[in-house]
Amino acid sequence: MSRRDNPLIQLTLVRFREFLREPEALFWVFVFPLVLAAGLGIAFRNRPPDVVKIGAVGAPLTKSLAAEKLLDVTQYSLPEGEQALRTGKIALLAESSPQGQIAYHYDETNPDGRTARMLADSAVQRAAGRADPVASSDRLVREPGSRYIDFLIPGLLGMNLMGSGIWGLVFTIADARRKKLMKRLVATPMPRSYYLLSFLLSRLGFLVVEVFVLAGFGVFFFHVPMRGSWVGLFLLCIVGSVSFSGIGLLIASRVRTIEAASGLTNLVMMPMWVVSGVFFSASRFPDSVQPIIKALPLTALIDGLRAYMLQGEPLAHLAVEMAILCGWLAVCFTLALKIFRWR
Amino acid sequence: MSPVSNSTPALRLRNLRKTYKDVVAVDGMDLEVRRGECFGLLGPNGAGKTTTIEICEGLTAADAGEVELLGMRWETDEKALRQKLGIQLQETQLSDKLTVNETVRLFASFFHQGPSVHEVIAQAQLTEKRNARVGGLSGGQKQRLALGCALVGDPELLFLDEPTTGLDPQARRQLWDLIEEFKAGGRTILLTTHYMDEAERLCDRVAIMDHGRVIALATPRELIASIGIEHIVEFSVSGSAFDAGALHVIEGVRGVRHDNGSVQLQVTELHRAVPAVLEELTRSGVMLTELRTHSATLEDVFVTLTGRRLRDE
Repeated sequence: MSRRDNPLIQLTLVRFREFLREPEALFWVFVFPLVLAAGLGIAFRNRPPDVVKIGAVGAPLTKSLAAEKLLDVTQYSLPEGEQALRTGKIALLAESSPQGQIAYHYDETNPDGRTARMLADSAVQRAAGRADPVASSDRLVREPGSRYIDFLIPGLLGMNLMGSGIWGLVFTIADARRKKLMKRLVATPMPRSYYLLSFLLSRLGFLVVEVFVLAGFGVFFFHVPMRGSWVGLFLLCIVGSVSFSGIGLLIASRVRTIEAASGLTNLVMMPMWVVSGVFFSASRFPDSVQPIIKALPLTALIDGLRAYMLQGEPLAHLAVEMAILCGWLAVCFTLALKIFRWR
Repeated sequence: MSPVSNSTPALRLRNLRKTYKDVVAVDGMDLEVRRGECFGLLGPNGAGKTTTIEICEGLTAADAGEVELLGMRWETDEKALRQKLGIQLQETQLSDKLTVNETVRLFASFFHQGPSVHEVIAQAQLTEKRNARVGGLSGGQKQRLALGCALVGDPELLFLDEPTTGLDPQARRQLWDLIEEFKAGGRTILLTTHYMDEAERLCDRVAIMDHGRVIALATPRELIASIGIEHIVEFSVSGSAFDAGALHVIEGVRGVRHDNGSVQLQVTELHRAVPAVLEELTRSGVMLTELRTHSATLEDVFVTLTGRRLRDE
């Protein structure tokens, strides 16, 4: 008699095989988030600071204004300049009178015009020998960590972990129930806990790939900062992913059809996509609903990921987020086991 | 767990009852299946066969009554029982994405003992298909795989719920061969079916079920003999109205059923009855359009007992 395989390993292998042999699932879990990240990263990439176009009448004035880097000065005759101003080619036209006075033509309701007025006047005054009574200097802040792509990558990572954690489990269980495969498995000596554990183990396996692909993509292509350690990042993702598996198990505990499963799943996930700060900060919602938003598992995971990756907060400082995730896990898992339909 | 002697029956049901909402699925079943026999539950759809077998399999709880398998009970010996039972459900779809080999290997991993994966696949005659995805198998191959998955634990008691429903004749015969092979190993089988030929071929004893009860129980031969009819003569006539009542008086005719111009006679002596029937038809001046005879089957037993056919076509 041959030595028997370990049932838990076999069940986990089945999870992997079923997933890897489903090309659509592979696309949604691994390729889609990358395409999304790349698209949004390019759309919201940081441009050099805007330069304001202005016009000036007379060569000396044009020359002194050209000293200001944030102004793009073109020399015009007065009628030409007025024409350019009216058609919006320039935001401001500077003209010096024979007495040496400067007149600025601009629309004061146009922010570019007001900016140009300040920049131009300060350039003219400085060129004329004005000394600033208070010395000042600029420290430009434009380091990685505050760009949109930096904000986006942890958000997408959280969203992806939620999607694959919940959907992977709900779909497989609902499908097994519909095909009476679950009933068939329950008719064998298979330990039921192994069936559930196999989902957890396969999730952990896929999670390593998911996190590495998405976070790695951000770090290597967009130079998203990774101020915590990779080990810590995985730890955080594991807590989040297991928590979503608990929610998935609860959703899947009784559904018999794929339609019911997908309806329930969307009902749970859709609000979190919107309010949990995947694409924009959750703080934009009114203060009155903030406690609710903060208590959602996706908010907790994304806040945790951002703090860990971008600010380099140690895991110990993310206790609140971890506690929220563990709380959801405990409640959903306990409830799911109570009402789970094994056939 | 005490050692169980082989004299205890493989399966014993006492006064089993199960009601779904307002439908009584099983209505006081008593049954004893002996070790080493192939026992058939025969009956039309809705007779309570599947409910009965699923209660035996420990998948459905009975409302009342006792179930004893191999001298054990579900309440106290579930773990040991699961190791000793082979189960094939009526409509399980195994995962399409796995190969035959992977599927059998998964099921085998749940059992402490049993033949190797390789042997099970050979037994199910799927060796050539062992690396094929389940989704690409034919209906017969899928059903053989399902049977293979039921055999991985080398079960002492095998449950088969409508094993050949929906299969073509060739695939059915192939599956019957496999079941007979298993039976030859001295193991016990409980199978449900609504095919009389399946029950006649495979089963040592048959219980005919109707409305959740056993209405007859014996070997197929005894059951057929019990209705006192050896043959069935069926014919159709065209033309003028025909009085089938006149056929009653013919010697050897035990029963006459007449509907829509088709007449069915239950007959003991074919060689006497048929000429007499033909003579009677000639005398009445009606045209015979069709004539058939066959030996009595379990189907006829069911018709005799209930007045209905096994399958409503």
